[in-house]
Amino acid sequence: MHELSIVADLFTIIEEKAQQAKATRVTRVKVLIGELSGVVPELFRSAFHSYKKGTIADKARLEMKITKIKFKCHSCGKEIKAKDISSPDFSYACPFCGSKDVELVSGRDLYLEKLEIETS
Amino acid sequence: MEKVKKEVLVLEDILGSNKKIAGAIRKKLLESGILAVNLLSSPGSGKTTLLEKLSLKLKDRYQLGVIEGDIETERDAERIRSLGLPAWQITTHGACHLEAKMLARIFDWIPADLDFLFIENVGNLVCPASFDLGESLRFVLLSVPEGDDKPKKYPEAFITSQVFVITKCDLLPYLPFDTDRVTAEALEINPKLEVFRTSALTGEGIEAICTFLEKKLQELRAKNA
Ligand SMILES: Nc1nc2c(ncn2[C@@H]2O[C@H](COP(=O)(O)OP(=O)(O)OP(=O)(O)O)[C@@H](O)[C@H]2O)c(=O)[nH]1
Ligand SMILES: [Mg+2]
Ligand SMILES: [Zn+2]
Repeated sequence: MHELSIVADLFTIIEEKAQQAKATRVTRVKVLIGELSGVVPELFRSAFHSYKKGTIADKARLEMKITKIKFKCHSCGKEIKAKDISSPDFSYACPFCGSKDVELVSGRDLYLEKLEIETS
Repeated sequence: MEKVKKEVLVLEDILGSNKKIAGAIRKKLLESGILAVNLLSSPGSGKTTLLEKLSLKLKDRYQLGVIEGDIETERDAERIRSLGLPAWQITTHGACHLEAKMLARIFDWIPADLDFLFIENVGNLVCPASFDLGESLRFVLLSVPEGDDKPKKYPEAFITSQVFVITKCDLLPYLPFDTDRVTAEALEINPKLEVFRTSALTGEGIEAICTFLEKKLQELRAKNA
Protein backbone atom coordinates (compact mmCIF):
# COMPACT_ATOMS: atom_id res chain seq x y z
CA MET A 1 0.00 0.00 0.00
CA HIS A 2 2.15 2.84 -1.25
CA GLU A 3 -0.69 4.99 -2.51
CA LEU A 4 -0.49 7.31 0.49
CA SER A 5 3.13 8.24 -0.15
CA ILE A 6 2.34 8.86 -3.81
CA VAL A 7 -0.59 11.04 -2.81
CA ALA A 8 1.74 12.99 -0.51
CA ASP A 9 3.99 13.73 -3.50
CA LEU A 10 0.91 14.65 -5.52
CA PHE A 11 -0.09 17.22 -2.91
CA THR A 12 3.35 18.79 -2.97
CA ILE A 13 2.80 19.46 -6.69
CA ILE A 14 -0.81 20.60 -6.16
CA GLU A 15 0.16 23.12 -3.47
CA GLU A 16 3.01 24.46 -5.59
CA LYS A 17 0.89 24.87 -8.74
CA ALA A 18 -2.02 26.35 -6.79
CA GLN A 19 0.26 28.93 -5.26
CA GLN A 20 1.79 29.84 -8.62
CA ALA A 21 -1.69 30.32 -10.07
CA LYS A 22 -2.75 32.35 -7.00
CA ALA A 23 -5.58 29.92 -6.31
CA THR A 24 -7.71 30.33 -3.22
CA ARG A 25 -9.01 26.82 -3.62
CA VAL A 26 -8.51 23.74 -5.75
CA THR A 27 -11.85 22.25 -6.78
CA ARG A 28 -10.89 19.43 -9.11
CA VAL A 29 -7.80 17.31 -9.58
CA LYS A 30 -7.30 15.11 -12.61
CA VAL A 31 -4.66 12.40 -12.60
CA LEU A 32 -3.54 9.88 -15.19
CA ILE A 33 -2.79 6.47 -13.77
CA GLY A 34 -0.93 3.93 -15.87
CA GLU A 35 -2.46 0.47 -15.90
CA LEU A 36 0.91 -0.93 -14.89
CA SER A 37 1.93 1.82 -12.50
CA GLY A 38 1.32 -0.39 -9.50
CA VAL A 39 -1.29 2.02 -8.18
CA VAL A 40 -4.68 0.66 -7.22
CA PRO A 41 -7.22 3.33 -8.21
CA GLU A 42 -9.55 2.67 -5.29
CA LEU A 43 -6.73 2.90 -2.76
CA PHE A 44 -5.48 6.02 -4.48
CA ARG A 45 -8.93 7.57 -4.20
CA SER A 46 -9.28 6.86 -0.51
CA ALA A 47 -5.74 8.07 0.17
CA PHE A 48 -6.50 11.26 -1.75
CA HIS A 49 -9.66 12.01 0.20
CA SER A 50 -8.07 11.39 3.56
CA TYR A 51 -4.99 13.43 2.68
CA LYS A 52 -6.85 16.46 1.28
CA LYS A 53 -8.29 17.51 4.66
CA GLY A 54 -6.87 20.82 5.75
CA THR A 55 -5.14 21.47 2.42
CA ILE A 56 -6.02 23.93 -0.33
CA ALA A 57 -7.75 21.05 -2.08
CA ASP A 58 -9.97 20.39 0.94
CA LYS A 59 -13.15 20.04 -1.12
CA ALA A 60 -11.61 18.89 -4.37
CA ARG A 61 -13.07 16.20 -6.55
CA LEU A 62 -10.68 13.60 -7.88
CA GLU A 63 -10.83 12.40 -11.45
CA MET A 64 -8.74 9.43 -12.48
CA LYS A 65 -8.07 8.37 -16.01
CA ILE A 66 -6.45 5.00 -16.45
CA THR A 67 -3.88 5.07 -19.24
CA LYS A 68 -3.48 1.92 -21.26
CA ILE A 69 -0.45 -0.20 -21.74
CA LYS A 70 1.34 0.45 -25.00
CA PHE A 71 4.38 -1.30 -26.44
CA LYS A 72 6.65 -0.37 -29.28
CA CYS A 73 8.16 -3.02 -31.51
CA HIS A 74 11.81 -2.36 -32.24
CA SER A 75 11.79 -4.71 -35.21
CA CYS A 76 8.95 -3.32 -37.32
CA GLY A 77 8.49 -0.03 -35.50
CA LYS A 78 4.76 -0.49 -34.90
CA GLU A 79 2.91 0.50 -31.76
CA ILE A 80 1.21 -2.32 -29.89
CA LYS A 81 -1.71 -1.82 -27.56
CA ALA A 82 -2.19 -4.73 -25.25
CA LYS A 83 -5.58 -4.75 -23.63
CA ASP A 84 -4.79 -6.96 -20.73
CA ILE A 85 -1.33 -7.77 -19.57
CA SER A 86 -2.46 -10.44 -17.12
CA SER A 87 -4.54 -12.36 -19.64
CA PRO A 88 -2.97 -15.80 -19.89
CA ASP A 89 -2.65 -15.72 -23.69
CA PHE A 90 -0.90 -12.39 -23.91
CA SER A 91 2.54 -13.22 -25.20
CA TYR A 92 4.54 -9.98 -25.20
CA ALA A 93 5.42 -10.57 -28.80
CA CYS A 94 4.67 -8.21 -31.65
CA PRO A 95 1.37 -9.25 -33.27
CA PHE A 96 2.52 -7.76 -36.57
CA CYS A 97 5.94 -9.34 -37.04
CA GLY A 98 6.31 -11.78 -34.15
CA SER A 99 9.41 -10.13 -32.72
CA LYS A 100 10.02 -10.31 -28.99
CA ASP A 101 12.01 -7.10 -29.07
CA VAL A 102 9.13 -5.05 -27.72
CA GLU A 103 9.38 -2.30 -25.14
CA LEU A 104 6.76 -0.91 -22.82
CA VAL A 105 6.42 2.78 -23.71
CA SER A 106 3.34 3.76 -21.76
CA GLY A 107 1.26 2.43 -18.93
CA ARG A 108 3.72 2.86 -16.07
CA ASP A 109 3.29 6.60 -15.65
CA LEU A 110 1.54 8.63 -12.98
CA TYR A 111 0.71 12.16 -14.01
CA LEU A 112 -1.08 15.12 -12.54
CA GLU A 113 -2.83 16.28 -15.70
CA LYS A 114 -4.74 19.34 -14.59
CA LEU A 115 -6.33 21.26 -11.75
CA GLU A 116 -9.48 23.28 -11.57
CA ILE A 117 -8.94 26.21 -9.26
CA GLU A 118 -10.78 29.20 -7.86
CA THR A 119 -9.19 32.59 -7.71
CA SER A 120 -10.81 35.66 -6.26
CA MET B 1 -15.81 39.21 -4.29
CA GLU B 2 -16.72 37.10 -7.31
CA LYS B 3 -15.00 33.76 -7.46
CA VAL B 4 -13.35 32.88 -10.75
CA LYS B 5 -12.96 29.26 -11.75
CA LYS B 6 -10.32 28.19 -14.16
CA GLU B 7 -8.38 25.16 -15.32
CA VAL B 8 -4.65 24.86 -14.97
CA LEU B 9 -2.89 22.35 -17.17
CA VAL B 10 -0.06 20.76 -15.18
CA LEU B 11 1.10 17.50 -16.79
CA GLU B 12 3.65 16.73 -14.14
CA ASP B 13 5.03 13.34 -13.19
CA ILE B 14 3.77 12.58 -9.68
CA LEU B 15 6.83 10.48 -8.96
CA GLY B 16 9.04 13.19 -10.43
CA SER B 17 10.55 14.19 -7.10
CA ASN B 18 11.53 10.58 -6.38
CA LYS B 19 13.00 10.25 -9.87
CA LYS B 20 14.95 13.48 -9.46
CA ILE B 21 16.51 12.36 -6.16
CA ALA B 22 17.17 8.90 -7.61
CA GLY B 23 18.90 10.55 -10.56
CA ALA B 24 21.18 12.50 -8.24
CA ILE B 25 22.01 9.35 -6.26
CA ARG B 26 22.72 7.43 -9.48
CA LYS B 27 25.07 10.16 -10.69
CA LYS B 28 27.02 10.19 -7.41
CA LEU B 29 27.31 6.40 -7.35
CA LEU B 30 28.51 6.22 -10.93
CA GLU B 31 31.05 8.98 -10.35
CA SER B 32 32.37 7.08 -7.35
CA GLY B 33 32.49 3.88 -9.38
CA ILE B 34 30.07 2.07 -7.07
CA LEU B 35 27.79 -0.60 -8.47
CA ALA B 36 24.48 -0.42 -6.60
CA VAL B 37 22.06 -3.34 -6.62
CA ASN B 38 18.44 -3.05 -5.47
CA LEU B 39 16.95 -6.39 -4.34
CA LEU B 40 13.21 -6.90 -4.59
CA SER B 41 11.09 -9.84 -3.47
CA SER B 42 8.26 -10.94 -1.22
CA PRO B 43 9.04 -11.31 2.50
CA GLY B 44 11.17 -14.34 3.14
CA SER B 45 12.26 -15.12 -0.43
CA GLY B 46 15.86 -15.06 0.72
CA LYS B 47 17.19 -11.55 0.05
CA THR B 48 19.28 -11.29 3.21
CA THR B 49 20.48 -14.87 2.88
CA LEU B 50 21.58 -14.26 -0.71
CA LEU B 51 23.39 -11.12 0.39
CA GLU B 52 25.18 -13.07 3.12
CA LYS B 53 26.34 -15.69 0.62
CA LEU B 54 27.44 -13.16 -2.00
CA SER B 55 29.23 -11.10 0.64
CA LEU B 56 31.23 -14.05 1.91
CA LYS B 57 32.52 -14.65 -1.61
CA LEU B 58 33.21 -11.01 -2.44
CA LYS B 59 34.35 -9.42 0.79
CA ASP B 60 38.02 -10.36 0.63
CA ARG B 61 38.50 -8.72 -2.75
CA TYR B 62 35.98 -5.87 -2.68
CA GLN B 63 34.65 -3.15 -0.39
CA LEU B 64 31.01 -3.90 0.29
CA GLY B 65 28.20 -1.98 1.92
CA VAL B 66 24.60 -2.91 2.54
CA ILE B 67 21.51 -0.79 3.04
CA GLU B 68 18.70 -2.69 4.70
CA GLY B 69 15.13 -1.55 4.24
CA ASP B 70 12.59 -2.91 6.69
CA ILE B 71 9.34 -1.73 8.14
CA GLU B 72 10.70 -2.24 11.66
CA THR B 73 13.78 -3.69 13.43
CA GLU B 74 17.53 -3.74 12.76
CA ARG B 75 17.60 -7.52 12.41
CA ASP B 76 18.72 -7.75 8.81
CA ALA B 77 21.40 -5.06 9.29
CA GLU B 78 22.70 -6.99 12.31
CA ARG B 79 22.96 -10.17 10.23
CA ILE B 80 25.16 -8.31 7.74
CA ARG B 81 27.24 -6.59 10.46
CA SER B 82 27.96 -9.95 12.05
CA LEU B 83 29.90 -10.75 8.86
CA GLY B 84 32.08 -7.73 9.58
CA LEU B 85 30.49 -5.58 6.88
CA PRO B 86 29.02 -2.09 7.17
CA ALA B 87 25.22 -2.06 7.06
CA TRP B 88 22.84 0.86 7.35
CA GLN B 89 19.29 0.15 8.39
CA ILE B 90 16.42 2.23 7.09
CA THR B 91 13.24 1.53 9.01
CA THR B 92 10.23 2.83 7.12
CA HIS B 93 7.77 2.62 10.05
CA GLY B 94 4.92 1.28 8.01
CA ALA B 95 5.87 2.18 4.44
CA CYS B 96 5.99 -0.89 2.24
CA HIS B 97 8.91 0.21 0.05
CA LEU B 98 12.08 2.31 0.03
CA GLU B 99 12.07 5.71 -1.65
CA ALA B 100 15.00 7.66 -2.99
CA LYS B 101 14.59 10.36 -0.35
CA MET B 102 15.03 7.78 2.43
CA LEU B 103 18.36 6.84 0.85
CA ALA B 104 19.32 10.44 0.37
CA ARG B 105 19.06 10.96 4.14
CA ILE B 106 21.74 8.39 4.91
CA PHE B 107 23.77 8.88 1.76
CA ASP B 108 26.51 10.96 3.39
CA TRP B 109 27.44 8.02 5.61
CA ILE B 110 28.19 5.78 2.69
CA PRO B 111 31.92 5.70 1.97
CA ALA B 112 32.84 6.71 -1.57
CA ASP B 113 35.42 3.92 -1.85
CA LEU B 114 32.89 1.08 -1.94
CA ASP B 115 32.84 -1.31 -4.87
CA PHE B 116 29.39 -2.77 -4.36
CA LEU B 117 26.42 -1.25 -2.54
CA PHE B 118 23.58 -3.68 -1.99
CA ILE B 119 20.17 -2.30 -1.15
CA GLU B 120 17.71 -4.80 0.29
CA ASN B 121 14.26 -3.39 -0.24
CA VAL B 122 11.29 -3.97 2.08
CA GLY B 123 9.87 -7.47 1.54
CA ASN B 124 7.13 -6.82 -1.02
CA LEU B 125 6.91 -7.87 -4.66
CA VAL B 126 4.62 -5.03 -5.67
CA CYS B 127 5.23 -1.53 -4.34
CA PRO B 128 9.06 -1.25 -4.40
CA ALA B 129 8.95 -1.72 -8.19
CA SER B 130 7.52 1.78 -8.61
CA PHE B 131 10.41 3.56 -6.89
CA ASP B 132 13.74 4.13 -8.55
CA LEU B 133 16.49 4.32 -5.93
CA GLY B 134 19.29 5.28 -8.29
CA GLU B 135 20.57 1.71 -8.51
CA SER B 136 22.51 0.35 -11.48
CA LEU B 137 20.92 -3.07 -11.30
CA ARG B 138 17.65 -4.35 -9.97
CA PHE B 139 17.34 -7.98 -8.90
CA VAL B 140 13.96 -9.62 -8.50
CA LEU B 141 14.00 -12.79 -6.40
CA LEU B 142 11.39 -15.52 -6.41
CA SER B 143 11.76 -18.53 -4.14
CA VAL B 144 10.67 -22.02 -5.10
CA PRO B 145 7.99 -22.27 -2.34
CA GLU B 146 6.23 -19.20 -3.74
CA GLY B 147 5.20 -20.96 -6.93
CA ASP B 148 6.15 -20.69 -10.59
CA ASP B 149 3.17 -18.60 -11.71
CA LYS B 150 4.35 -15.28 -10.31
CA PRO B 151 6.00 -13.28 -13.13
CA LYS B 152 2.76 -12.45 -14.96
CA LYS B 153 0.93 -11.88 -11.68
CA TYR B 154 3.48 -9.31 -10.56
CA PRO B 155 4.71 -7.99 -13.89
CA GLU B 156 6.09 -4.63 -12.80
CA ALA B 157 8.82 -6.14 -10.63
CA PHE B 158 9.94 -8.31 -13.55
CA ILE B 159 9.66 -5.58 -16.17
CA THR B 160 11.78 -3.13 -14.20
CA SER B 161 14.51 -5.62 -13.19
CA GLN B 162 17.62 -6.67 -15.09
CA VAL B 163 18.23 -9.85 -13.12
CA PHE B 164 15.87 -12.61 -12.02
CA VAL B 165 17.07 -14.96 -9.27
CA ILE B 166 15.18 -18.17 -8.52
CA THR B 167 16.10 -18.86 -4.91
CA LYS B 168 15.84 -21.95 -2.67
CA CYS B 169 16.43 -24.34 -5.59
CA ASP B 170 17.44 -27.02 -3.08
CA LEU B 171 13.67 -27.35 -2.46
CA LEU B 172 12.86 -28.27 -6.08
CA PRO B 173 12.65 -32.02 -5.36
CA TYR B 174 9.88 -31.40 -2.84
CA LEU B 175 7.69 -28.85 -4.59
CA PRO B 176 5.86 -28.59 -7.91
CA PHE B 177 7.90 -25.75 -9.38
CA ASP B 178 8.98 -25.71 -13.00
CA THR B 179 12.08 -23.53 -13.41
CA ASP B 180 11.85 -23.70 -17.22
CA ARG B 181 8.28 -22.48 -17.15
CA VAL B 182 8.98 -19.63 -14.76
CA THR B 183 12.05 -18.60 -16.77
CA ALA B 184 10.10 -18.61 -20.04
CA GLU B 185 7.31 -16.56 -18.50
CA ALA B 186 9.71 -14.00 -17.03
CA LEU B 187 11.52 -13.69 -20.37
CA GLU B 188 8.23 -13.15 -22.15
CA ILE B 189 7.59 -10.11 -19.99
CA ASN B 190 11.18 -8.93 -20.13
CA PRO B 191 13.40 -10.61 -22.72
CA LYS B 192 16.51 -8.84 -21.41
CA LEU B 193 16.46 -10.49 -17.96
CA GLU B 194 19.53 -12.42 -16.84
CA VAL B 195 18.30 -15.50 -14.98
CA PHE B 196 20.10 -17.31 -12.15
CA ARG B 197 19.13 -20.32 -10.06
CA THR B 198 20.50 -20.32 -6.54
CA SER B 199 20.48 -22.21 -3.30
CA ALA B 200 21.94 -20.83 -0.12
CA LEU B 201 22.16 -24.37 1.21
CA THR B 202 24.13 -26.00 -1.59
CA GLY B 203 25.79 -22.82 -2.83
CA GLU B 204 24.38 -23.31 -6.34
CA GLY B 205 24.50 -20.18 -8.47
CA ILE B 206 26.34 -17.97 -5.97
CA GLU B 207 29.62 -18.03 -7.88
CA ALA B 208 27.79 -17.27 -11.15
CA ILE B 209 26.16 -14.17 -9.67
CA CYS B 210 29.50 -12.98 -8.27
CA THR B 211 31.12 -13.34 -11.69
CA PHE B 212 28.23 -11.43 -13.26
CA LEU B 213 28.51 -8.64 -10.67
CA GLU B 214 32.26 -8.35 -11.18
CA LYS B 215 31.72 -8.04 -14.92
CA LYS B 216 29.10 -5.33 -14.37
CA LEU B 217 31.44 -3.44 -12.05
CA GLN B 218 34.19 -3.51 -14.68
CA GLU B 219 31.76 -2.23 -17.32
CA LEU B 220 30.66 0.61 -15.06
CA ARG B 221 34.25 1.64 -14.36
CA ALA B 222 35.23 1.35 -18.02
CA LYS B 223 32.57 3.98 -18.76
CA ASN B 224 34.11 6.28 -16.16
CA ALA B 225 37.66 5.86 -17.45
N1 LIG C 1 15.91 -24.10 1.81
C1 LIG C 1 16.36 -22.86 1.67
N2 LIG C 1 16.00 -21.90 2.55
C2 LIG C 1 16.46 -20.66 2.37
C3 LIG C 1 17.30 -20.32 1.28
N3 LIG C 1 17.58 -18.99 1.34
C4 LIG C 1 16.93 -18.53 2.43
N4 LIG C 1 16.26 -19.54 3.07
C5 LIG C 1 15.47 -19.42 4.30
O1 LIG C 1 14.34 -18.59 4.04
C6 LIG C 1 14.03 -17.81 5.19
C7 LIG C 1 13.95 -16.35 4.84
O2 LIG C 1 15.21 -15.90 4.37
P1 LIG C 1 15.66 -14.36 4.42
O3 LIG C 1 16.97 -14.29 3.73
O4 LIG C 1 15.57 -13.84 5.80
O5 LIG C 1 14.53 -13.69 3.53
P2 LIG C 1 14.32 -12.13 3.20
O6 LIG C 1 13.87 -12.07 1.77
O7 LIG C 1 15.54 -11.37 3.53
O8 LIG C 1 13.12 -11.76 4.17
P3 LIG C 1 12.59 -10.28 4.57
O9 LIG C 1 13.80 -9.41 4.77
O10 LIG C 1 11.82 -10.51 5.81
O11 LIG C 1 11.74 -9.84 3.42
C8 LIG C 1 15.12 -18.11 6.21
O12 LIG C 1 14.61 -19.05 7.11
C9 LIG C 1 16.22 -18.72 5.38
O13 LIG C 1 17.03 -19.59 6.08
C10 LIG C 1 17.68 -21.37 0.37
O14 LIG C 1 18.41 -21.17 -0.61
N5 LIG C 1 17.17 -22.61 0.61
MG1 LIG D 1 15.74 -9.68 4.74
ZN1 LIG E 1 6.90 -5.85 -34.97
